[in-house]
Amino acid sequence: METLISLKPLLAVAVSTLGALLIAITGEKARNLREAWSIFTSLAKFSIVASMLPDILNGKVIEYTLIKITPELIIKFKVDGLGIFFALTASFLWIITSFYSIGYMRGLNEHAQTRYFFYFAIALSATVGVAFSANMFTAFVFYEIITVSTFPLVAHKETEEAKKGARKYLTYLLGTSIAFQLTAIVITYSITGNLNFSSHGVFNKDISYELITIIFFLYIAGITKAAIMPLHSWLPAAMVAPTPVSALLHAVAVVKAGVFMVIRVVLYIFGSELLKTYNLGLVLALVASFTIIAASVIALRQDDLKLRLAYSTVSQLSYIVVGVALLTPSSITGSIMHIVTHAFGKITLFFTAGAIYVVTHKTKVSELDGIGRQMPFTMASFTLAALSMIGVPPLAGFISKWYLIFGALEAKQLFVLGVLAVSTILNACYFMPIVYAAFMKKQKYHISFGDNKREIREAPIFVLFPLILTAIATVLMFFYPFFFLEIIKIIVFGVKGGN
Amino acid sequence: MNLWEHSSILIVVTPLIASIVNIFISLLKRSLCYPFFVGILGLCSLLSIDILSVVTTSGTIRYKLGGWTPPWGIEYTVDHLNAFLIIIISIISFIIAIYSKESIKKELTKARLPYFYSTYLLFVTGLLGITITGDIFNLYVFLEIASLAGYALIAIGERRSVLASFNYIIMGTVGACFYLLGVGYIYIITGSLNITDLSRLLPSLYESKVTLAALAFVVVGIAIKIALFPLHRWLPDSYTFAPSAVSAFASATMSKVGIYVLIRIFFTLFEPRFLTDITPLSNILIWWATVAIFFGSIIAIGQTDFKRTLSYILIAEVGYMVLGISLCNKEGFIGAVLHILNDAIMIACLFMIAGGIFYRVGSRNLEDFKGLGKSMPITMAAFTVAALSMIGIPPTGGFFSKWYLILGATKAEQWISVAALVFSSLVNAFIFFKLLEKIYFSKKEVIPKHNFRELPLSMIIPITIMALTILIIGFYSGRIISSLIRFTVPEGF
Repeated sequence: METLISLKPLLAVAVSTLGALLIAITGEKARNLREAWSIFTSLAKFSIVASMLPDILNGKVIEYTLIKITPELIIKFKVDGLGIFFALTASFLWIITSFYSIGYMRGLNEHAQTRYFFYFAIALSATVGVAFSANMFTAFVFYEIITVSTFPLVAHKETEEAKKGARKYLTYLLGTSIAFQLTAIVITYSITGNLNFSSHGVFNKDISYELITIIFFLYIAGITKAAIMPLHSWLPAAMVAPTPVSALLHAVAVVKAGVFMVIRVVLYIFGSELLKTYNLGLVLALVASFTIIAASVIALRQDDLKLRLAYSTVSQLSYIVVGVALLTPSSITGSIMHIVTHAFGKITLFFTAGAIYVVTHKTKVSELDGIGRQMPFTMASFTLAALSMIGVPPLAGFISKWYLIFGALEAKQLFVLGVLAVSTILNACYFMPIVYAAFMKKQKYHISFGDNKREIREAPIFVLFPLILTAIATVLMFFYPFFFLEIIKIIVFGVKGGN
Repeated sequence: MNLWEHSSILIVVTPLIASIVNIFISLLKRSLCYPFFVGILGLCSLLSIDILSVVTTSGTIRYKLGGWTPPWGIEYTVDHLNAFLIIIISIISFIIAIYSKESIKKELTKARLPYFYSTYLLFVTGLLGITITGDIFNLYVFLEIASLAGYALIAIGERRSVLASFNYIIMGTVGACFYLLGVGYIYIITGSLNITDLSRLLPSLYESKVTLAALAFVVVGIAIKIALFPLHRWLPDSYTFAPSAVSAFASATMSKVGIYVLIRIFFTLFEPRFLTDITPLSNILIWWATVAIFFGSIIAIGQTDFKRTLSYILIAEVGYMVLGISLCNKEGFIGAVLHILNDAIMIACLFMIAGGIFYRVGSRNLEDFKGLGKSMPITMAAFTVAALSMIGIPPTGGFFSKWYLILGATKAEQWISVAALVFSSLVNAFIFFKLLEKIYFSKKEVIPKHNFRELPLSMIIPITIMALTILIIGFYSGRIISSLIRFTVPEGF
């Protein structure tokens, strides 16, 4: 595999840190300029990431060593198929979220907006950092930066509830990463002397079963951002954050950084062969399957819209984990595909939740009767995204589910089929009543601000436009998945060593 | 005469003489004391840089005091480890000296200031002497100079500091006596006090009961001085009630110097195999340190006074370093030595911030940290950096020493110790994020308007320098290890 040395990965990471500094310097006094920085850096970030794509598609790898702190602890970037796939998703959605954030924050007249945009940019920097990490140490550094930089975003409201949520958020994410992930990394290093992600894993074949099991589960427990049960409850707690944060960070950047790290650890630290030998993939698949069902069941009972979405995220993230845990080409394809399909679907759903809040200040599912008539575009987008989540064609969610089903057949793990089926039904059960109520039921309360009760009152254009865009994207992705599958082919090809 | 040749003696003698001269200067004009005091410590810092550069370019310095040859005369030996500690002590003492101007003015009466400066200089003399001498009895002398100066410095703090200092005197004197007894035993069986000489004489006496007794006395004596649990009782009170500058300086240097003495005794005076094969001391100390880490961390959670919290964290950190050296492998040792540097800077920075908050708010209570993020933005940014380093979040310095310590414990398969290190990181995370939340996300309750201000420049600059150093040494950890710490690793690891 050809390796290019280029500054681009560093630039892709650093550009939003620079943007964050500009945001902080500009401040509240020149808010239009400050917002311009947000949008400008998000565009720049996406362009830099996208500019690396042609090389990756040609089967090359881009590397850049930033600093060798000690001989074994090196901050190094490496852009491969998996990395660029995640970076593209996150940085593209950041552009949309930037617009949405502006509409949302101004629409609600939120306080401390500079702090909000500042930490948002830092979090995105670190997310792309995780995507482009060449070794476990670099990934760990950026993983921690994500945690620390999103803490102020979760605590944004500064109320007791927000602080409580933020505390839980930090306890889970930081606590487990220090207690389990760091320990796992240290043990990995002391056994192998190597922390680089490599397509066949870093461990020797003769490692004992007990040791490998312990390390494996230390890693899985340490990457709490993937929200695998029982370490998931930080995610619902994080819903106290402003909605754009829940949308981009807690449906895309942060949680996907978690599952991304799981994929990295499974495929590039352990390697599929080693895990197959010891059947550890299967154990992980079982745990994730449990999470899929349990989280969906909990989601059914949530009246708070954002909480329902959060539990849905917990469940959907485990789709990705199941896919990679089955360790077959199709299941891995489905798993990685689900990163992007779920991202677009869930961000739309959160955007709509935010739009409803901006217009009506309603947060409960039970209050949404008849809201479809008042906000037709918003609720239509909601419907599309919900259908995509359920996996109905012609929407993006179908593609990833299709590959996951294939993967389950390839791996001959039929229980996964059952899990996917039950989960699909449960998804429908917790999403469709909302759609039904929004369009069919009569308004219980008058969600009105003036005399015209039937008047269409959509959210401001900055809020509305992004969510329509992402909803349309879920449709387009069904018809044009080839672009994504092309990248995934490279990833699977690399991991499988050419089969 | 070329003065630079004598820098290893000058660095000890300069502050010693200056501490006496300072008293006379104060009789002439009191306002001259402070510039003199800072100037002398600046000079020490320059000398320490010179010593470091000599050691790195031309190897160990052996300076024969008064021209007497060892083992009869006293010899000053400076190798990489000494130079490493000397530079830490001199530069931190210099930075804290700058910081002390405003903070001490607020905490002490004017008439006492010259005495503070003199005692501080004596304290520095003692600490530098310990790290520079190659003679175990001379080391005792400097240990006592440092300790006595330390008692005095602590006693000039708040009203309750007198009792704290008294406790410290009793404990410290017991420790010093134990150390002296150990030295006595060693002298009885070998007839020598020079470390280099002893390292040649002692191996044939490893089986002797006297050697064992001597080692036991020395270890316990030093354990008291570094406040290794359960011999820590003197520390929390002393460092809580002492003046801020004193807490900062003593916490940063006293325990580190003690760790240095342990390293010298374990790996220069004796050989690593004495700890691991001949006696079970390595194992005993691993467990001892592990317990200290757990204990310090657990007690730290429950404190409401910031300086007291830091004191208990320090007790846990002392456990880290003792653990690192007693693991008897390369990684653990590198971790311990690197942690001497990191911990010195982190704990000094945090105590300085504690002093800064006391300066403005007049309180050390954790509850009074509310809303400080708005009124003292720079100090609190420094606090954030130091806190992240304490927790061990990369790329701050604290991460790298912790990395090596955990790696060392893993290599030695001491899983309980690994758990202790991780546990202590978690506790630090808990303590510091609780504080950060108070600082940045809580509204300030009614507090007089004049407190809503950043610290004066002479305090803010030292604090900022410390915080920046924490960040920078993180990135240079590898460099520090390969150019300095690598040479301190004992043979046979």
